[in-house]
Amino acid sequence: MPPTDASPAATRTALDVQDLSAWFGAQPAVRGVSVGFREREVAAIIGPSGCGKSTLLRCLNRMHETVPTARVEGRVLLFGTDVYADGISPIALRRHVGMVFQRPSPFPTMSIRDNVAAGLRVRGGGAPSRAETDRIVERALRRSALWDEVKDRLKASAIGLSGGQQQRLCIARALATEPAVLLLDEPTASLDPISTQKVEDLLYELRSEVTVVIVTHNMQQAARVSSSTAFMLAGELVEMAPTARLFTAPADARTEAYITGRFG
Amino acid sequence: MPEPIGEEGGGMANAIVGTLILVGVAIVIGLPVGIGAGLYLAERRGTWLATTVRFLADVLNGLPSIVVGIFAWQFLVRPVGHFSALAGGVALAAMMIPMVTRTTEEMVRLVPVSLREAALALGYTRWRTSLTVVLRTAMAGIVTGALVAVARIAGETAPLFFTALGNQFMSTSLREAIAALPLQIFNYAISPYESAHALAWAGAVVLIGLVLVVSVAARFATRARFGHAAD
Repeated sequence: MPPTDASPAATRTALDVQDLSAWFGAQPAVRGVSVGFREREVAAIIGPSGCGKSTLLRCLNRMHETVPTARVEGRVLLFGTDVYADGISPIALRRHVGMVFQRPSPFPTMSIRDNVAAGLRVRGGGAPSRAETDRIVERALRRSALWDEVKDRLKASAIGLSGGQQQRLCIARALATEPAVLLLDEPTASLDPISTQKVEDLLYELRSEVTVVIVTHNMQQAARVSSSTAFMLAGELVEMAPTARLFTAPADARTEAYITGRFG
Repeated sequence: MPEPIGEEGGGMANAIVGTLILVGVAIVIGLPVGIGAGLYLAERRGTWLATTVRFLADVLNGLPSIVVGIFAWQFLVRPVGHFSALAGGVALAAMMIPMVTRTTEEMVRLVPVSLREAALALGYTRWRTSLTVVLRTAMAGIVTGALVAVARIAGETAPLFFTALGNQFMSTSLREAIAALPLQIFNYAISPYESAHALAWAGAVVLIGLVLVVSVAARFATRARFGHAAD
């Protein structure tokens, strides 16, 4: 699996998507997309509803194939290794590519601590000791800016948290296993503005440590948190460019039409 | 303990113990099978096997209890040559399994897909997701459903007539005929003595009380492990 000890200066391509197409049954959702996401950067994917941006994201950690009748063609290279090659286990892959979903999804039967530690139990090399787990849980909660709010009730149910806290808990859960890449599928769509800001601040902090790909239909959000942005339309990638350039001087007329609000 | 028919007084300790043993056997057999089948139906819905299993569960659910009893008698009593608590417990389990199966299926289906996906995205395998996340989330509802099933089989009489048979004496052996509250109530109620009729009513109260105690106890046991936070 991917080496993670590269020097911060090098901006390698973390995820290289090559001619990727995805279907639900006979219905194509992503058509021949090729795009690269650089290491230790926040990349955003924007586009109108149904443009295939979430499906593209779900192809990156092979979650797409968990849907019955779903199908994928093409290659996704994670630090040079094709995640769709024979012999690559999607289970092992997902331990290196974390994901956070639109709706906060803490496990309702587990405490806050156990939620964060949930991924550790299935990590290669067996579950860490109790003390080690406590240390990892604290670190993950600090990184997701939740520690101060929950440190006195780690054994309480995760359901007692607010929506914004639950979503940051899910980010902590994804970070606890130290993934190389973190995928976020409209992570603030069900949150209020203050919680949204907290999550965005968090993403900004994370950019130096982990490769982040965020799907959003909120263009301001893409502009605020990402350093490069991809625009998708009807299953195809229209263009990908540094965020500042995509929003000020898009190369494609369709991108310009979308960001100026003429459709979508 | 019961007195010989016609004598004054007497109790039903053997019947209480017998019912607990019979229900215990039914739970030990019926709960794992029922929950396992229900989980399978919910996780693999639409497959040929799942459709068949669901159909069989529905048929078994609608089967008159006396028919369940005669099947248990044919296959568990006749070959052995004597009545037994085990045969009675198996007959009760056969009544319990379809109820638990369908409740489990319904409860597992209520677990949001987002939880399943969250677990898969963490690198959980399919079966680990099912057992540690989906089943645990659905457990409160499953326990409630299982209790309804237990309450119903605890009062069943017909499947026990020619399996557990009933017993005037205290017995705790799974290989012997055993007393049960519903059978005892039946025997007392059809006897010609007023004192026996009173005992039948007493037995009915005890049976209802047992069911109530079990329900209330399990309610407390499943009430959110984290106090009121999960209400």
